[in-house]
Amino acid sequence: MMKKYAKTHEWVQVEGKVATVGISNFAQDKLGDVVYVDLPQVGKVVKKGETLMSIESVKAASDVYAPVSGKVLQVNEKLNDQPELVNKDPEGEGWLVKIEMTNPNELNELLDEGAYKKHCEEEE
Amino acid sequence: MTIFEKSVTGRKAFRFPDTAIEKREFDIPNHLLRKKAPQLPELSEPDVVRHYTDLASKNYSVDKGFYPLGSCTMKYNPKINEYTAALRGFSQIHPYQPWEFTQGALQIIFELKEFLCEITGMDDMTLQPAAGAHGELTGMLIARAYHLSKGDFKRHIALVPDSAHGTNPASAAMAGFDVVELKSTEDGLIDLAELKKNLSDEVAVLMLTNPNTLGLFEKDITEIAKMVHDAGALLYYDGANLNAIMGRVRPGDMGFDIVHLNLHKTFSAPHGMGGPGSGPVGVKSFLAEFLPIPVIRKADDKYYPDFNLPKSIGRVRSFYGNFLVMVKAYTYILTMGRDGLTHASRMAVLNANYLRTLISRFLNIASPRTCMHEFVVDGSEFVRQTGVKVLDVAKRLLDYGVHAPTVYFPLIVHEAMMIEPTETESKDTLDMFSKILKQIVEEARTKPDIVKNAPYKTPVRRLDDVTATKKPVYRFKRQG
Repeated sequence: MMKKYAKTHEWVQVEGKVATVGISNFAQDKLGDVVYVDLPQVGKVVKKGETLMSIESVKAASDVYAPVSGKVLQVNEKLNDQPELVNKDPEGEGWLVKIEMTNPNELNELLDEGAYKKHCEEEE
Repeated sequence: MTIFEKSVTGRKAFRFPDTAIEKREFDIPNHLLRKKAPQLPELSEPDVVRHYTDLASKNYSVDKGFYPLGSCTMKYNPKINEYTAALRGFSQIHPYQPWEFTQGALQIIFELKEFLCEITGMDDMTLQPAAGAHGELTGMLIARAYHLSKGDFKRHIALVPDSAHGTNPASAAMAGFDVVELKSTEDGLIDLAELKKNLSDEVAVLMLTNPNTLGLFEKDITEIAKMVHDAGALLYYDGANLNAIMGRVRPGDMGFDIVHLNLHKTFSAPHGMGGPGSGPVGVKSFLAEFLPIPVIRKADDKYYPDFNLPKSIGRVRSFYGNFLVMVKAYTYILTMGRDGLTHASRMAVLNANYLRTLISRFLNIASPRTCMHEFVVDGSEFVRQTGVKVLDVAKRLLDYGVHAPTVYFPLIVHEAMMIEPTETESKDTLDMFSKILKQIVEEARTKPDIVKNAPYKTPVRRLDDVTATKKPVYRFKRQG
């Protein structure tokens, strides 16, 4: 399975036409303790780079941007009761949504793990 | 322990004397009568006094010590303000009294409005809004009413820089605008190219604060104003940072159309932290017809509330707003005078730059430029080196008996610590604060656990802010 990162600190993992989306470990560390995850409606259509949803931490409310265009197929309902999963396991159990991609070519514009790591170091 | 938990059934602080007045039942319909007496606390007078004195002694305030909470302008609140606000003529009147009988109060409102218009360079003003964010909402509603009155229905966007106070996008959204965020330059200033790209005939207003949240003066402000006006939009001034420029430059002269102020910041009324503030909104003459009703006016040596503004956005607050806060601001302006106010802003800037220079010797500053009334420490390198977070430093400061600065704001600086000393602090206090901060940085390097587990000397240790946010308890419920 292919895993890629956006410069805005979202990750996508792709299986066929479905992309699972979350925020990176770097992002959760910067946010601090997450207290509320404002999940989008299933069926919401998003364009790459647009606001997908927002996450509220003890520090701030931050937008999560759609790393790919498509339709929201599923949201991680567990986060309604356990928003802390985003901190504990951001790139696993703390995933946010699954998106049915309309343009898989967009994945080419995202960073692989090495390039993303470098991007984070620059941002520090 | 709350005062309810200290209650003992039957205990009293006051006993009514025997009376010759005959007891009589009132004719209240049965269904309106409560079945059970209200559960009010029952205590003796010393119990009550001790309870609140104890709470007051646990509180930290600017009367107790240094309070460099960036962006909040925690300047000292002169006690003469309390004296005037407590005068019977002000404190014992009621807004339902006919305005002919409260001429003195209306005169204060009118003259304060005139003073503030002069200070900000605006033409008219409302003093109704109860605090800063309420003033922002009022300003946004005025911007909306203005565009709609011209039949311009396309303008649905409010531009807000990414360095803005969080209340700015919230107020714009509350007023029905779609908020578009403007990316700032490295210094947190407006990026003219970015602004140009985002301006269109759909933009209603640009919200700005000057100096900005990094404490830097927006040097291109006249160019920005021209661009915004050429695009048919309005320019809004968030008065949070007025203390840096009061008496020296006026937002109205920079090209701002709408201005909100915080009397509880710049004009020395106390911060209630949820209690009464006051957020006047000033406008240029072409927007005056949209101000909330009533506007206080003067004719034939009489002051009166003018309700005849058909295009007004309506009331935003009951009666006249938080009147006694206005009395305090009015007192402040009169006691300081023009030269005093100018001197205050000058000293606020001098104090900030003095402290910035001291702190820059052991922590990074977000922008190396000369600042205005406040500056932002960029703690990211410190955090990387020590593993101690800026939040830990803030908590440790409490052990040394000073208030922590604002942390994690503005969002454009990671690990931000925003410091605003204000003009009322002496060089000794600034030296002391810098020394304490340096010592904590030293502790973070040598004994980090001490800092990570602070505070130790406060009435409560670290609060569980995660649970407090996730499961807030809004009110006390008696057990059983």
